[in-house]
Amino acid sequence: MTQQTAPPVVEMTGISVEFPPVKALDGVDFSLRPGEIHALMGENGAGKSTLIKALTGIHSPTAGTILVDGVERRFTGPADARAHGVSTVYQEVNLCENLTVAENIMLGAEPRLLGGLHWQAMRSQAATHLKRMGLSIDPASSLGSHSLAVQQLVAICRATVGDCKVLILDEPTSSLDTDEVAHLFKVMRALRDEGVAILFVSHFLDQVYEVSDRMTVLRNGGLVGEFATADLPAAELVQHMIGRSMEVLEAAEEVVEHVERPAGATPLLQVVGLGRKGSVQPFDLDLYEGEVVGLAGLLGSGRSELARLLTGADRADVGQTRVAGQPTRLRTPRAAMRHRIAFTSEDRKGEGVVDGLTVRENIVLALQAERGWMRPLPRKQVDELVAKYIEQLGIRPANPEALLRNLSGGNQQKVLLARWLSTAPQLLVLDEPTRGIDVGAKAEIQKLVADLAADGMSVVFISAELEEVLRISHRIAVMRDRRKVAEIDGGGATMDQVVDLIAGGGAK
Amino acid sequence: MNNVLRHHLFWPVAALVALLVANTVARPSFLSITIRDGHLFGAPVDILRATAPLLLVALGMTLVIATRGIDLSVGAVVAVSGAVALSHIASSPNPESPVTVLTAIAMALALCLVLGVWNGFLVSVLGIQPIIATLILMTAGRGVAMLITGGMITTINSAPFKVLGSGFWLGLPVAAVIAFGVFAVVAFVVRRTALGMLLEATGINPAASRLSGVRSKTLTWTVYTASGLFAGLAGLLISADTMAADANNAGVFIELDAILAVVIGGTALSGGKFNLSGTLVGALVIATLERTVTVLGISPLVTPLFMALVVIVVTLLQSPRMRERLTAATRRQAVTPPEPQPAARPDSTEVKAR
Repeated sequence: MTQQTAPPVVEMTGISVEFPPVKALDGVDFSLRPGEIHALMGENGAGKSTLIKALTGIHSPTAGTILVDGVERRFTGPADARAHGVSTVYQEVNLCENLTVAENIMLGAEPRLLGGLHWQAMRSQAATHLKRMGLSIDPASSLGSHSLAVQQLVAICRATVGDCKVLILDEPTSSLDTDEVAHLFKVMRALRDEGVAILFVSHFLDQVYEVSDRMTVLRNGGLVGEFATADLPAAELVQHMIGRSMEVLEAAEEVVEHVERPAGATPLLQVVGLGRKGSVQPFDLDLYEGEVVGLAGLLGSGRSELARLLTGADRADVGQTRVAGQPTRLRTPRAAMRHRIAFTSEDRKGEGVVDGLTVRENIVLALQAERGWMRPLPRKQVDELVAKYIEQLGIRPANPEALLRNLSGGNQQKVLLARWLSTAPQLLVLDEPTRGIDVGAKAEIQKLVADLAADGMSVVFISAELEEVLRISHRIAVMRDRRKVAEIDGGGATMDQVVDLIAGGGAK
Repeated sequence: MNNVLRHHLFWPVAALVALLVANTVARPSFLSITIRDGHLFGAPVDILRATAPLLLVALGMTLVIATRGIDLSVGAVVAVSGAVALSHIASSPNPESPVTVLTAIAMALALCLVLGVWNGFLVSVLGIQPIIATLILMTAGRGVAMLITGGMITTINSAPFKVLGSGFWLGLPVAAVIAFGVFAVVAFVVRRTALGMLLEATGINPAASRLSGVRSKTLTWTVYTASGLFAGLAGLLISADTMAADANNAGVFIELDAILAVVIGGTALSGGKFNLSGTLVGALVIATLERTVTVLGISPLVTPLFMALVVIVVTLLQSPRMRERLTAATRRQAVTPPEPQPAARPDSTEVKAR
């Protein structure tokens, strides 16, 4: 199916993009042939979207050449790229919900009549394009009245209006269910067979294996390699994405001592069949005192969603929760706090820090919120508490009155930890506590987690870095495609095992 | 010097002082206060009395704005409050009785409390945008007031009620004592309890506050309720001043003056950090400005323009960007020779980041 002989429609050589001091892309080569579906793979921050943005002219590369159809191009932006046949459909549908389907599809290419719009032609042309997508919806209906899946297809439809040689789909399936994904893939294959080159980005390995012909793997801004999908087993792909060979990873492992639980111990938190539609499939999980449970899985595998259901940040549709054996429902973060369950979100900026308040105020926020506004914590107690955590966690600057927005990411994270530790939780759920912080702070946080567990706290630890999860977890729950697929003992687990489980679905 | 310049109250206070100076220049006796019948008399006392209703409304407005909200209905609530109180007194057989007056006050405040609860319900429970939610009562409230007064301007004679508007207590206008007293109590409560911090957290980052267990909905509801109550009290002071309830004209545009007082005082409309002392100065600036217009004998034709100009200057000087420029300018003067400014680049990225 792939036209091996055809010259590439896009050829990028030695592309570098810098956001000083960070090198987001470093000398990456990438080529896309007509009539293929090419998956761009890599973990978060690997440089996938930077590469796409370099191609479409949103970022201008500091080095390298981009050939489109054999002609060197530096597009000035997505509109320019589109005019030369390179269209992009982003993860979030970028359309106007209040306009009609036809208006959305023909936006920017409206047929005109006597200086005005030729509405009839617009609708009939839109209908033709819709038919190509296998969509039977009324072009005159408003876009907002359709499901997200249909909107996604309309977005693709819009991208293919005119002379579309290259179609870039950035996470098109993240909000679609199985049937909708199947429909999308049908459309993608049809476009491919017409000779369109499709660049496909997805975090779902199964889908990548199902639909792509070739893949390019990026890691930390560099090119790992280009592979034919059929020749690359999923486990190997995951290794490429995470980046270290098995031997190195296993050497880095520090086997966690297995804690013997007394027989018949009651789990601190026990969930049975907990799930939420569109978020994570029902799962079971027991959490015990003194144990660190790691959640492993790729981005989008449902790690964070699971954590949110455990802590009341999101409300579960189904399932039961027991805290210390007592049935209960954690419908809000506040309800979880009453059971001494604390949660830090992966979105530190959006859902963690209150950046306009001081370090002191940020640390006492949860404790104070729990007491209610009428019972302020005595100032002396606040000062002691804050001083204690600044000292214990090494928060810099060690100034309780510093505004949080002036702290580095690592220090902000420590302030968040302090906020929750001051509430004396029994269960601490940490979603990506070490993301985007420097190595020193990372090691400190890992050590803190181990110490807390040793003191009897139950910890759920989520990280995109498998190595880190393996190192500090007593038990590891593995997530794939929004499902908990396995639970293994952290002490005996090897990187190999976990990678296999993460890749599981795709390997078949 | 730089510290003084950078203080958040510097420009509002400077504006207030400038206005007082302008008045004194135009009328040298402006600042003099005399004692007549044991009461204080003089322009400053009048300004304090005139500030009273605005201060109460601006107090509620500050708390609402701290939660990223706005309350446009306060003017209508002012009208409702006056209408309820005066209609009750007018229809009572004994308008001079303190019991009648106290009942009237209680009825007015109770209804305004309910109106505040209504606003809070729309915003915090139904999740309607504050500007839309309070716009409903802004228009409907005047209708309610009309209904209560039967479309007429209700006038009354009641000595105990009149005290609220033009009485004196310990030599000071009762209206000012009430308004400043309420203001002081609320400011004390807000800063001595955790209310202020939790409101600010809600305003700055609602999602983070929710995850931290802050009862943001309850807090939001509370501030709208308080805003309604304070507007109701302001309505009583205004109607007691004129001894008339005018459903159409009582408290007209007071919501805009209150928002202005909040902004002049340095609280951003985007919510979060708020500053009650700033609001106090802001309210004084506006009341003084209105007084200045008459003292300077500015023609009524250009009065709105004059007031607008003063407000523009003060708010510009208060704006974060202008403050940055000013502090940068003073710093540059301090350093000699002035370094060539490579500021263009970081400046432009910063603008983009916002």
